[in-house]
Amino acid sequence: MDRTTIDLWVGVFVALGVAALLGLAMKVGNLTSNKIGETYNVSAAFENIGGLKPNAPVKSAGVVVGRVADIKFDTKTYEAVVTIKIDERYEFPKDTFANIYTAGLLGEQYVGLEAGGDEDVLKNGDKITQTQDAVVLEKMISQFLYNKASETKSEAGSKPEEGALSTPKEDVKSSQEKSGGAKSTELGDAPF
Amino acid sequence: MHNIHSILFSKIGKLLRNIGRRMIERVWRLGAGARLFFLTILYSGESFRRFHLTLREIYFTGVMSLLIIIVSAFFVGMVLGLQGYNTLQKYGSSEAIGVLVALSLVRELGPVVTALLFAGRAGTAITAEIGLMKTTEQLSAMEMMAVNPIARVVAPRFWAGVISMPILAALFSMVGVLGGYLVAVPIIGVDDGAFWSQMQANVDVRDDIVNGVIKSVVFGVACTIIALFEGFDAPPTAEGVSHATTRTVVISSLTVLGLDFVLTSFMIVV
Repeated sequence: MDRTTIDLWVGVFVALGVAALLGLAMKVGNLTSNKIGETYNVSAAFENIGGLKPNAPVKSAGVVVGRVADIKFDTKTYEAVVTIKIDERYEFPKDTFANIYTAGLLGEQYVGLEAGGDEDVLKNGDKITQTQDAVVLEKMISQFLYNKASETKSEAGSKPEEGALSTPKEDVKSSQEKSGGAKSTELGDAPF
Repeated sequence: MHNIHSILFSKIGKLLRNIGRRMIERVWRLGAGARLFFLTILYSGESFRRFHLTLREIYFTGVMSLLIIIVSAFFVGMVLGLQGYNTLQKYGSSEAIGVLVALSLVRELGPVVTALLFAGRAGTAITAEIGLMKTTEQLSAMEMMAVNPIARVVAPRFWAGVISMPILAALFSMVGVLGGYLVAVPIIGVDDGAFWSQMQANVDVRDDIVNGVIKSVVFGVACTIIALFEGFDAPPTAEGVSHATTRTVVISSLTVLGLDFVLTSFMIVV
């Protein structure tokens, strides 16, 4: 094997290595998908953000339009203030609705934006006023159990022990009203 | 009675002496290995000035290892795809198979398995070659001609190993991902877009890929210097060279696995 042939093979080897690294960075890694051009920041306050993390995607109609830049806790209102950066190509009306959704049952959480009908658009530093909190699974389950319990109680309402059961039933009712009234979006339209 | 005691004491004494001698031997070898490493760095100027020396060694350590690396990577990726799918589909998230294959390859299997294969394929060759050079007194002949054998023989091989390892590991990871893709998408029928997009969403260039490359560079240094030292240190007999070759594989493998744990614990900030 003379020297020039070796040179050729080593060249092929190094080129393969560089190609593999580039492939890993581009195809496997997030070097390309993370590219957001110029952005503008808007903030939104949530009572509960669940497991939302910085750098989580912000989606509208399923398309990634930005990222969560920062999450802070406001000690005056006791709310989480989420700053999101949105790609400058995308404009949203002022009455845009911000939700925290979960991708799949156990997947990561992301911010979903639903555009409203306002003429004015959100600008850098604006605040999204209409928000919906993250769905906390435990809350949902307890709500479901309460509902089930009250159903079975109303079925068994004609039974003579009604007096003994009536107190917890009323508690359930009032707690439901509270959670429903405090924020219309809490769990009011949950599928049960 | 007295006789039995004296025999017992002499046996224990012999055992202790043996353990002590082995320990001192180990420490001595560690020190000599460190000195060889230092000298290699010191005299590596020539391996870059006369780069064709290093190029030749890259050919023998790197290019000649391509086949075993690519074939192993392909099968490792395919097995990862099969096993991953088998478990993930129980949780209804078989699309995450791309993430599983890519992360396990890029973070762990790529650098580690490449280093183990490299120790077996290239490390043994280095040890045997240098050991035989020593046995046939080629190294002494070089010294007689005022040629520094570390600059002429050891350093080019060292740099060839250090350069080849990351390239081989990157190839291993990439080919492994393709192997996983082949099993997951055309054979099992996972969605093509979900496979790649979930992978891209969850594999971070800085945290996963760059850390994998750092690992493979460290393994390259470790494997090559162990192979070189074992060859340089081998007793100049046929048996000595054969023992040295075996030790290269054993020590390299253990070092790689131990270093892997240490590096990972540095990289993963809990």
